[in-house]
Amino acid sequence: MSPAIRPIRLIRLLPVLGSLIAAAAPAQAPAPDAGRAQVSTRERGAMPDFDYHLQPRRVADGVYMIEGRREDFSTENGGNIVNTGFIVGNSGVIVIDTGPSRRYGEQLRAAIARITPLPVVLTLNTHHHPDHFLGNQAFPPATLAALTETITGIETEGGAFNDNMYRLNGDWMRDTEVVVPQQRIAPGRRMVGGRDIELLALGGHTAADLVLIDHATGTLFASDLVFNHRAPTTPHADLARWIAALASLAELPVRHYVPGHGPASDDASPLLETRAYLEWLGHAIHEAAAGGMDMAEVLARPVPSRFTALALADREYRRSVSHLFPAAERAALVPSTPR
Amino acid sequence: MPAPGSRALSALMTPLFAVLAFTLLAFAAPASAAPPTAGASMSRGPASDADALADPLGSSRWQDMRRALFPDAAVRFDARVSVTAPPNAEDPLNVPVSVDASALPDVREVVVFADFNPIVKVLSFAPVDAIATLGFRLKLQQSSPIRAAARTGDGVWHVGGTWVRTHGGGCTLPSVGSASPLWQQHLNEVSGRVWHGVGPGERLRLRVIHPMDTGLAAGIPSFHIEDLLVSAADGRPLMRIHPFEPVSENPVFTLDLHKGTSARGALRVRGRDNNGNLIDAGVAQ
Repeated sequence: MSPAIRPIRLIRLLPVLGSLIAAAAPAQAPAPDAGRAQVSTRERGAMPDFDYHLQPRRVADGVYMIEGRREDFSTENGGNIVNTGFIVGNSGVIVIDTGPSRRYGEQLRAAIARITPLPVVLTLNTHHHPDHFLGNQAFPPATLAALTETITGIETEGGAFNDNMYRLNGDWMRDTEVVVPQQRIAPGRRMVGGRDIELLALGGHTAADLVLIDHATGTLFASDLVFNHRAPTTPHADLARWIAALASLAELPVRHYVPGHGPASDDASPLLETRAYLEWLGHAIHEAAAGGMDMAEVLARPVPSRFTALALADREYRRSVSHLFPAAERAALVPSTPR
Repeated sequence: MPAPGSRALSALMTPLFAVLAFTLLAFAAPASAAPPTAGASMSRGPASDADALADPLGSSRWQDMRRALFPDAAVRFDARVSVTAPPNAEDPLNVPVSVDASALPDVREVVVFADFNPIVKVLSFAPVDAIATLGFRLKLQQSSPIRAAARTGDGVWHVGGTWVRTHGGGCTLPSVGSASPLWQQHLNEVSGRVWHGVGPGERLRLRVIHPMDTGLAAGIPSFHIEDLLVSAADGRPLMRIHPFEPVSENPVFTLDLHKGTSARGALRVRGRDNNGNLIDAGVAQ
């Protein structure tokens, strides 16, 4: 997931204007500037403690997830909108994603230490979106691993993501820096920390989405290929590839599903939900472009009622139009021969 | 984002903006006469000096806009001019905007501008023989009202608009095209298509390959399409568009033509950029 992806480096938001907008649009998405949090903090007369209150939940024997909020990045949630997880073996711990900030990574590390004294032996970044890797600083550098395209993505886009996350999450991000994993991990089955795990290299949400199966418990860490009760995000999506990846996940002999965002499930319903939304989205955008609609008209369309129960459906639909409509539109227009 | 339509959203935000903007103006620009003027003109009646009334979008730049763009003309805020744009710009390099002034009679010209953009004027268009609507995308440097001012035959400017919030940076970034030589081989190539039964008449959508550089990115001079004329098969002009730098790279325009316009043959698009490169293409049906 990442609404933080925008090709921006130069920011000169008028501070006055920024707080004006934040104050005037309370019904809107959380204000992107830190101004609002500073104001509300001052009103409360206390500094926020920057404690994410991470509560690992046991999914299966030795398998834990920490569920993020089904919200957008904000100065209230500090970017804790993502699921992370860890698996405790008999000789070490496997960590699946490190969260949105250095503070989150440190608090995740502490949460793991409350459950086991064993060392972290493998830290995976499932893909290159900032809520999944900006906690890397808290983990031993040698344990950081990701697919090749993910490493490239973090190298090329990580800095811009990090800049934007500071703007969206404010001081929760303090001292967060991009740490690029050095270990290029290959898909396949192996023993790590005493656990029998299998890694699948898929894609569609981004160029590379890493999925993990813990065979002893039949747990699938599905990365952001699967969302649950929360609308999928598409800044780097290839919908056809994503839908194909979901079809292959549906074939897996697993019992527990941990999505990238939203609650875990003991059945495959989150896969079906994600797939239904993506199929609708792709179809709606293609039909709109082929039908001659203007992008502003497409943005103004409502999300069908069967998806409005998904958190942030309305907002994510509008983002997805920005991501996906231009290509659909190009395909609908006919090149003219110059006269 | 509970309000799906930007019009609904701007209606929601209007009173709050007005109050806050007054506070802002009083605080930031004590020399400006905005708050007392607004009060005074309101007491003279709503129909007279509508132009002096409070900006429904509460922008501290509105009076500057009015002075710069319509110095000697009558200006009024008018709900018949609608600007549809997302309340939050996902991509500040491509903010989709749709302008509709078709509820006004006798529209001669429409000017689109963004109060807080470093280059305020986005484009203007003249619906010579077309419906007074236009869809396009623009680059936005920071959160700003996006406004359309439609001049009717009596010389009055009718202004509508909506706020778009963005993290910014849309105007001072180099175009994608400027980093690649590909556009040079395809500069000013046009793709397009006409749809029947879409929109109020016939729908024409056009895309022109052009970097539309603003001149604000270091070392990259201003380079943009400045004139586009869409005409019927018999040469009759339908719509003139004058884009400025803030129009997005590889611009896409959505036009609504009167029914039957394209029945007499292929439409033609001609134009030029500020370096004198010509555009000339027919549009497939």
